[in-house]
Amino acid sequence: MNKIENKILMTGDEALARGAYEAGVLFASAYPGTPSTEILENISKYKEVISEWAPNEKIAFEACAGASIGGVRAVCAVKHVGVNVASDPLFTFAYTGVTGGMVLISCDEPGMHSSQNEQDNRNYAHFSKVPLFEPSNSQECLDMIKIAFDISEKYDTPVIIRVTTRVCHSKSLVKIGERIDIEIKPYKKNINKYLPVPSVSRNLRKKIEERMKKLKNFSENTELNYIEKSKNDSKIGVIVSGMSFNFAKEVFLDNATYLKLGFTNPLPDSLLDEFYRQVETVYVIEENDPIMQSWVERAGYECIGKPTFLPYGEMTPDVIRSAVYGEKLKQVEINTDLLVSRPPAMCSGCPHRGFFFELSKMSRKKDTIIAGDIGCYTLGFAEPYGTMDYIVCMGSSFSAAHGTQKAMEAAGKDTKVIGIMGDSTFFHTGMNSLVEVLYNNGKVICVILDNRITGMTGQQGNPGSGININLDASPEIDIENVVRALGAKNVERVNPNDLKKVRNVLEDAYSKDEPYVIITDWPCALKPMGERDYEKYGQDLFKTKYFVEEEKCIGCKSCIRVGCPSIAMIKDGKIATIDNSCVGCSICEQVCPTKAIQISDFKGLNNITQKKPDFFS
Amino acid sequence: MIKNILLVGVGGQGTLLASKVLTHGLMQAGYDVKMSEIKGMSQRGGDVSAHIRFGDIVHSSVIEKGSGDLLISFEQMEAFRHIPYMKKNGVVILNNQVIHPVAVLAGKEKYSENLITEISNTLETKIIDATEEAKKLNNPKGANILLIGATIKILGLTDINWENSIKANVKPKFVEPNIRVFNRGMNLV
Ligand SMILES: Cc1ncc(C[n+]2csc(CCOP(=O)(O)OP(=O)(O)O)c2C)c(N)n1
Repeated sequence: MNKIENKILMTGDEALARGAYEAGVLFASAYPGTPSTEILENISKYKEVISEWAPNEKIAFEACAGASIGGVRAVCAVKHVGVNVASDPLFTFAYTGVTGGMVLISCDEPGMHSSQNEQDNRNYAHFSKVPLFEPSNSQECLDMIKIAFDISEKYDTPVIIRVTTRVCHSKSLVKIGERIDIEIKPYKKNINKYLPVPSVSRNLRKKIEERMKKLKNFSENTELNYIEKSKNDSKIGVIVSGMSFNFAKEVFLDNATYLKLGFTNPLPDSLLDEFYRQVETVYVIEENDPIMQSWVERAGYECIGKPTFLPYGEMTPDVIRSAVYGEKLKQVEINTDLLVSRPPAMCSGCPHRGFFFELSKMSRKKDTIIAGDIGCYTLGFAEPYGTMDYIVCMGSSFSAAHGTQKAMEAAGKDTKVIGIMGDSTFFHTGMNSLVEVLYNNGKVICVILDNRITGMTGQQGNPGSGININLDASPEIDIENVVRALGAKNVERVNPNDLKKVRNVLEDAYSKDEPYVIITDWPCALKPMGERDYEKYGQDLFKTKYFVEEEKCIGCKSCIRVGCPSIAMIKDGKIATIDNSCVGCSICEQVCPTKAIQISDFKGLNNITQKKPDFFS
Repeated sequence: MIKNILLVGVGGQGTLLASKVLTHGLMQAGYDVKMSEIKGMSQRGGDVSAHIRFGDIVHSSVIEKGSGDLLISFEQMEAFRHIPYMKKNGVVILNNQVIHPVAVLAGKEKYSENLITEISNTLETKIIDATEEAKKLNNPKGANILLIGATIKILGLTDINWENSIKANVKPKFVEPNIRVFNRGMNLV
């Protein structure tokens, strides 16, 4: 076996970061989201690059566009739904083109490993008329992003790289290179290029057609698009891009000729003709939408694509195998009755728990509809809280709640409508959402669960956290000040671990027929803590533990009902116990009717990771 | 020949570090290696799995159900859950640990006491008290690396310089304790 020299194992995200660095990128911006988060986290390790978390994806894209106009290479990396948020600037920037190269990385999630939907963002490339790259492993991630920057500058256009969860989070061997230093292009005002008033835009629109024609030529000739001949002279053909290439090879091995496409907008027509001269039965294997399939069919060729291959989910080898051969590998059977699932739960010490515990009691008693949002607090929908009726998308909860409240009013009902979102979500698009309520005389109870960090995606800083992407101190935007400045009159800040206070605030909010803003204020137990946190929340923060005095426990399960993973029933369900994952939020102590739960003398670091975890969404 | 190894556990058990050490060594030995991590909601007590595939040329980074050669599990229920990924003659290396899911903690569902029997009745299973053994060596968090020691012994890959791979993946002060549990793992099978 050959020694694989000078290669290292990298995830696609790491390789994209490395590639951007090697391409001489000077500015990088993103808003976190699985599976894209690690791209910016890794770029930020290269000190030559200015790396930033933006409040949302639109802002991240715009900052990159501005950096490109300013003459530097810029990269923006977001999850699939993030491109929806960034789509407005994308479509116009596709008209104006770039000065420094600009690449948008779209991380799609076929199969929805941790997303609310799946969408095929290759459509965005076709829709906005920009070139598209689809790497299928980490080496291609590194190589293609470098080519993407050259293409961006040569053809004067932003470029999209589409990867999927399996590309982002799979590791494969990569040969890395050196960074090239790109000279910053001197700024020259050019309103005929960058000021898209209709008279300018009409010209720019024509240019796009010329650009696409030239790019077609590139697509026909680039080595990124190639035919890999079957070693067994098979007449089966497979047209494939991205991760599906590896999956298809796993199933067809050398018994097919592949048309492997790495550059997929525009697609190479002549290469397709050449391919069809070599094969008879052709499968088009692509995740989600039949984009390549439509292209093949438009060219007048026959192929097997959708619906033989499902239009949703991943095209993993088992899926391809059963679509093509109608069979799967033999599996060992198990008695599934014995399986207990392991759904995610709020962590021990999660500051969302106290709020949801009180809200669940209150909302069961009073006619209430609750609009949720996207973050760790989404878990408030689940048992034992059950405090969420619907979710639309990030930043939607106040505005959606507002619409629901107006509908209730129209129906003559005085249902209380509550919107709930986190701090990062508030800065993302939640501020506008609150403006909707305040401006239009809404009556929604708007709850901002401020845990001082962007929790769900792995504890990234946000404009309210006081830390930037490098965990250095940054200006801290105070949510209460923002809310008051917008004109909210009823504003209450509350420690969510203080159940009685939460209850009182909720009661007050329910009693008012006006907009009411509740801000809960306690850090995420996984947040990287700084001095400021200990000063504000106490030196004991997450360092205390509780225990159950068994003689006093009556087995009433009140503590179990707060839904903490540190608490369990033992001795045939008669006695509660707290394990040492407890970090001392004290909520169970507050609900115990017999004072059986007490603070322990033990002091010291708990076993929750108090540093930035090196993984996850 | 391609070997398929599945590493499974619960968030916080060190599954991902174990897979890093293993893939690093395999790569040093000149294999083509691919790995895919499914982390889902691991930070919040969910399950974590890493698919590792190595051989001359590896295409897919995910292990197909029915094709696993080795299942390394840090927890009983997770081993049981992932059995369908295994070949009939696949081998399970099981850390004899139980971590109750929330529904079990709350008394709403039962965690079967017969999982070990169920697992070892279906597949060849080597049970290792990795957590206990690691504690004995003063490295209570080292169960993950201990299991890797056992794994490479079973795979016959003892010629690779694993100390290097441990060094490359843990902080200097944790190198010694991890080498200790690694060697212990090799000796246990
Ligand atoms: C448009 C969009 N961008 C990004 C994401 C990914 N995402 C899901 S939850 C979340 C963080 C929410 O943070 P916060 O509001 O502070 O709540 P927490 O998780 O800390 O409770 C992000 C960025 C998404 N789902 N949609």
